[in-house]
Amino acid sequence: MLELKNINFKRNNKVILNNINLTLDDNKFYCITGPNGSGKSTLAKIIIGLTIPDSGSIIYNGKDITKLSIDERAKLGIGFAFQTPVTFKGLTVYDLLKIATGKAVEKKEACNILSKVGLCAKEYIDRELNNSLSGGELKRIEIASVIARNPNISIFDEPEAGIDLWSFKYLTGIFKEIGMKKKGTTIVISHQERILSIADAIILLEAGQIKEVGTKDTMLESILSPICPKGGNHE
Amino acid sequence: MNNTDKELLSEISDTFNENAEVYNIRKNGESIKRKVNDYISIVTKEDKSGIDIYVKENTLFGIVHIPVIITESGLTDVVYNDFHIGKNANVIIFAGCGIHNDKHKDSEHDGIHRFYLDEGAKVKYVEKHYGKGKGKGKKTLNPTTEIYMKDNTSMTMDSIQIKGVDDTIRITKAYLDSNTTLEISEKILTTGKETAKTEFIVELNGENSSVHVTSRSVAEGSSYQEFTSNITGNTKCYAHIECDAIIKDEGCVKAIPEIYAKNIDANLIHEAAIGKIAGEQLKKLMTLGLNEHEAEEVIIKGFLK
Repeated sequence: MLELKNINFKRNNKVILNNINLTLDDNKFYCITGPNGSGKSTLAKIIIGLTIPDSGSIIYNGKDITKLSIDERAKLGIGFAFQTPVTFKGLTVYDLLKIATGKAVEKKEACNILSKVGLCAKEYIDRELNNSLSGGELKRIEIASVIARNPNISIFDEPEAGIDLWSFKYLTGIFKEIGMKKKGTTIVISHQERILSIADAIILLEAGQIKEVGTKDTMLESILSPICPKGGNHE
Repeated sequence: MNNTDKELLSEISDTFNENAEVYNIRKNGESIKRKVNDYISIVTKEDKSGIDIYVKENTLFGIVHIPVIITESGLTDVVYNDFHIGKNANVIIFAGCGIHNDKHKDSEHDGIHRFYLDEGAKVKYVEKHYGKGKGKGKKTLNPTTEIYMKDNTSMTMDSIQIKGVDDTIRITKAYLDSNTTLEISEKILTTGKETAKTEFIVELNGENSSVHVTSRSVAEGSSYQEFTSNITGNTKCYAHIECDAIIKDEGCVKAIPEIYAKNIDANLIHEAAIGKIAGEQLKKLMTLGLNEHEAEEVIIKGFLK
């Protein structure tokens, strides 16, 4: 179980997260949604340790992990897929998957992981992780790196951002599969109805605060209505 | 050969063993072992120190090893090796120098390698430089490579200096005739107070000649590197020079590009990027369980792979 207690974060004197309190149960699929700038990605980054909150604490299975480094949290079983995949000169897809699994994985096994995100493994496994790969390809490899790690908590930061419709359709399938497994906690930051509709619970953030937590049945309709309560358009 | 010799040899040429078909091993300024075949001959120069390597025309899949090892402290070894590659020959050449210096006098190897490619020849040239030893004596390697390419020839050159060389000045000059392709890849890692200066001078003289130089380097500690490229396009030609460097600690890298188009159809590109390891790269690997130091090592190892 993951608990966020009284999390506050400001940047340039602007409140990004305001007293966030949230409990995430094991084996559930959560979607965090909300307008741009509502603090979704910041919240996800605070869980993995990429961003340090000004105050508050993060408790994971009863242990305070607020002061742990990124890698220490990763070793405890928290995984994170970046919104913008990171590229590397000289590192191959196989290198990344080997690091992710944390063991001397055979190429065949790495290919199996890559196949799970719909990439023809043989074509990609030895490719360098650079911009010769398309945004959609990099995104799938990014997701594969989290799947390879098989963490207890998997966080995906806007997996749909910057990819084409075909890739998105495939990604939705991947998340459906993850959701159906009910194994480990999955947290997806997303605006997309197809992903929101997979979730066991939706967390709506607005202006750095949790506005509502509920099921898709109770929340999807209001979230997807074109006019948000404050009068602006939802993304 | 003793264990030190064997260790140096394996560092600079992991594909070499004495079953190789053609080789010349040079140790402390003298040839100590040589083997040739019907297609590739090696002749000792009479006017100066060095060898001439002759590859007969139409030789296919020729492989030549010419490693140099220096274990004598205080020695300055200058060698001239000329490669004469016959028409339509296809050959791979492994060179390189390993210095072991456990004493206080400086050791130096200056290898001047000249390649003469006759029409249609193809060469892959791999050179690796390595230094080791705990003495205060410097380990200096100054390779000079001159490449003369006739029509329809191609050459790839992989140059690697991974560690232990205190000072190096590396000069590569190439003169390309028509329909020629030259690809050069250089990898350098300097640490401590080491210095490395690299200079590429390429003249594209023949129509449809092209050169692609990729330099990847890492400067750690308080080491200093300088990358100079000087490319002249005299005709319809193409050149692409890429210099990528990672700096760590107090390391410094200077890149000096000079491209000179003397013909309206010359297409010359120079790219240089110098900076520390991108924070996002470190963070990504840390989310996969590596600590910061391990992540740095993986990034640098991959970069220089």
